[in-house]
Amino acid sequence: MGENQGAQLAQTIRQLLAEHGRLTRDPITLPAEADLYHLGLTSHASVNVMLALEGAFDIEFPDYMLTRGMFASIDALGSAVGTLLAG
Amino acid sequence: MTSPPELHVGIDLVQVERVSESVALHGERFLRRIFTNDEVAYAMSSPPQTLHRLAARFAAKEAVRKLLQVDEHGVGWRDVEVRRLPSGACEVVLHGHAAILARARLLGRMALSMSHDGDYATAVVVTWSGTEEMHG
Repeated sequence: MGENQGAQLAQTIRQLLAEHGRLTRDPITLPAEADLYHLGLTSHASVNVMLALEGAFDIEFPDYMLTRGMFASIDALGSAVGTLLAG
Repeated sequence: MTSPPELHVGIDLVQVERVSESVALHGERFLRRIFTNDEVAYAMSSPPQTLHRLAARFAAKEAVRKLLQVDEHGVGWRDVEVRRLPSGACEVVLHGHAAILARARLLGRMALSMSHDGDYATAVVVTWSGTEEMHG
């Protein structure tokens, strides 16, 4: 994935986190490695984020990827989406 | 040498309104990814209680996922099923990787308690490790 694509991916993730994540801080300006659980991401909000990501990128996260770590940060979500887009 | 029995617990609390929003936002896709056909059928069998039942089952699934500590290998929500018995009590039935994880950790049968009132639904699941064969 190119640098531009990566930045665009991260931007989309930030936007979807803003819409569905219910975080205590604005995801648009959040460091990519910030712990989303510490910022209020609940189990239910993570499902909404997941479904929104699947819709936005036309992907489906397989069960084995659905770990707590996958939702832990913007970086982690970007890595998971990138893996599926590359696959 | 066998390890001494160890108690495991998982809990989750869900705002019913959030489940309502997910159904409105993602519709069938939300139901299909999270719940089994039987769970959806049971929830829908009483329209006034549908969202509360879905919220309680979501809480139960998350409680089990917490108990299983799905840090390294993920577990799908449908692999944790809440099954209603003829008595009215509910039990946890594990499928797929959830069942594999439970067996690997020698977890016993899980005791489940769910409740909902007004805006919230909650679930608690408790089990011992190393005491009996896991179901699934």
